[in-house]
Amino acid sequence: MNFTEHAGKAVLRAAGIPTPEGILARTPEDAADAARKIGKCVIKAQVPTGKRGKAGGIKLAATPDEAASHARAILGMSIGEYQVDHVLVDPQVNIAREMYAAVLNDPETQGPLLLFSPEGGMDIEDIADEHPDALLQIPINITKGLDEESLAAAVRRYDPPAAGAITDILVKLYDAYRASDAELVEINPLVQMRDGHFIALDCKLTVDDSALTRHEPLARTGTPDKTTDLEARAKVLHLKYIELDGEVGVLANGAGLTMTTMDAIRHFGGRPANFMEIGGDSYTKAIPALEIVLANPNVKALLVNFCGAFARTDVMAEGVINAWLELKPKIPIVFTIHGTGEDEAIAMVRERLGIEPHDLMDDAVKAAVAAAKGARA
Amino acid sequence: MIIGGNDTVLVQGITGKQGTFWSERMRDYGTKIIGGVNPRRAGERHLELPVWASAQDATKDQKIDAAVMFVPPFGVKDAALDIIAAGIRKIVCLTEHVPVQDTMYFLAAARERGAHVIGPNTAGLVTTGVNFVGFMPAFNARVFQKGDIGVISRSGSLGTLLCLNLVQAGLGISSFVGIGGDPIIGTTTRDALVALDKDPATKAIALVGEIGGAMEEAAAEYAATMRKPVAAFIAGAASPPGKKMGHAGAIVMGNRGSYAGKKTALEEAGVTVCATPNEVPGVLKARLKR
Repeated sequence: MNFTEHAGKAVLRAAGIPTPEGILARTPEDAADAARKIGKCVIKAQVPTGKRGKAGGIKLAATPDEAASHARAILGMSIGEYQVDHVLVDPQVNIAREMYAAVLNDPETQGPLLLFSPEGGMDIEDIADEHPDALLQIPINITKGLDEESLAAAVRRYDPPAAGAITDILVKLYDAYRASDAELVEINPLVQMRDGHFIALDCKLTVDDSALTRHEPLARTGTPDKTTDLEARAKVLHLKYIELDGEVGVLANGAGLTMTTMDAIRHFGGRPANFMEIGGDSYTKAIPALEIVLANPNVKALLVNFCGAFARTDVMAEGVINAWLELKPKIPIVFTIHGTGEDEAIAMVRERLGIEPHDLMDDAVKAAVAAAKGARA
Repeated sequence: MIIGGNDTVLVQGITGKQGTFWSERMRDYGTKIIGGVNPRRAGERHLELPVWASAQDATKDQKIDAAVMFVPPFGVKDAALDIIAAGIRKIVCLTEHVPVQDTMYFLAAARERGAHVIGPNTAGLVTTGVNFVGFMPAFNARVFQKGDIGVISRSGSLGTLLCLNLVQAGLGISSFVGIGGDPIIGTTTRDALVALDKDPATKAIALVGEIGGAMEEAAAEYAATMRKPVAAFIAGAASPPGKKMGHAGAIVMGNRGSYAGKKTALEEAGVTVCATPNEVPGVLKARLKR
């Protein structure tokens, strides 16, 4: 789950990293009030996506009137896939230097990776391109934690006078990463002010979805993924569903098999209408899954592809058949079923729907693509 | 593969519904299930097997070679640390949705003790006709027939389909290595490829990958050095761009992770990349004839 700058900065502050003491505003009037308290300020769109500055979502304001007019322009703006519904009014800061710091899950070392650069304020890709020598990468042994001495020694090579203060921030950043089950926590820029002190001017935080339920107060401050109405319905039922723009509806089990079914539809000249996976623990949810797939009016044929290992194809097929007979959709349905429970599943499809499942997945996909085209004509 | 025919296997969570169901099937197939763990039922017998309070209790009286976990996500880290502390050297973690920092923690602990982890989020391992560990339908004769093709898969359902396609085409499977669908896993695609390359029972390899991460690219580097033929299917060509990678993640991953990048890397290494899983058996047959 992604977090806005404001929600991320709360995590930094809890770990002891200073940030500007900003105020959230949902209306231009609130922004003006905040500016009255704060003085010279910056109005920042709160959406969990990059490129806010380039999109015009970050503006400096010297007066409350200016704050209100910037807030008016930014509120309601679309940035990436998000619409801005609140802004952060942050005090302006005297910037002496901009640096970069992050901790993230690194698949290559299979552990946390700490990144630091004395060159900040631009995208990390650009830092890596333009200042490859100025990017410190430290893999961390998660069972032992951060080795402060060797970290301090490494930081000293980049900034001897401030090495102690920077090391302190990095240690706290690693604490914030561990405490929140983050996939990524990034401070860009990490600012050294003219008085020498450090402050986190921005924060990007992504928390591991698998860990959210053990971070209850924090999880509620995250920004839910953008969903369509059908995706939202599926999410409530813990079904993995993604709506696409094709005409062949897909119902399969397991993420790998579901993706493969979509790939095969495209390979044989059709377009998948959705991703819908009912594997794992959700293999008994065939009925609501089918209802959601069929609620998309673009679906002109349905392809059911089950391959049971852990999931039982007879349980899934029974659910699909029951739902199909109840909903009575006026579109063709094509089956291919293999693995655990296949004999019972195939017999049920034959007897109750009068349909012969295909032995090869490719044949089933071709039939579904052709059926969708026929129905469209 | 990895877990040998004589290896003894401990089941964490043996008394649960899934633990019970699959322990019976594993034992019927030939896997040497030695007992299980459930702290609340220590001292009892389940499926006529002993139940211990912990893996460390279980290894007091005997050496145990491997453990498989039927454990809920938040219990995985402690269960794995118990198995590692017990000196068990091979660990199969089936659980999906394990927090990634927990995974990184027990993988690091396993490395320190020289233990080998498969998963998390794997369907398990099958050595056809010998044993299986996990929840693959090894006992289904339409999915698994003995043969000389090694199969590597991140996905259980797709791996099952591929094995079935091989059997439909008259081929058989030496070993199935389910490596798991999580972003960080103990046995990578490359590790599995190396193991099957060294396996005398395996003459050719079917590799089932997925978009995301860089494991297929790393495996391609090794494939370039192999003499055994490899055919691959990579799932996700038609998937829309998924969860956006953070900037910092993007720098570590580079441009790797896309379908096109994986296909190119594998093809440059001499691997045939198939458009659908159904094409894999034909490709392997043709390449084995050469």
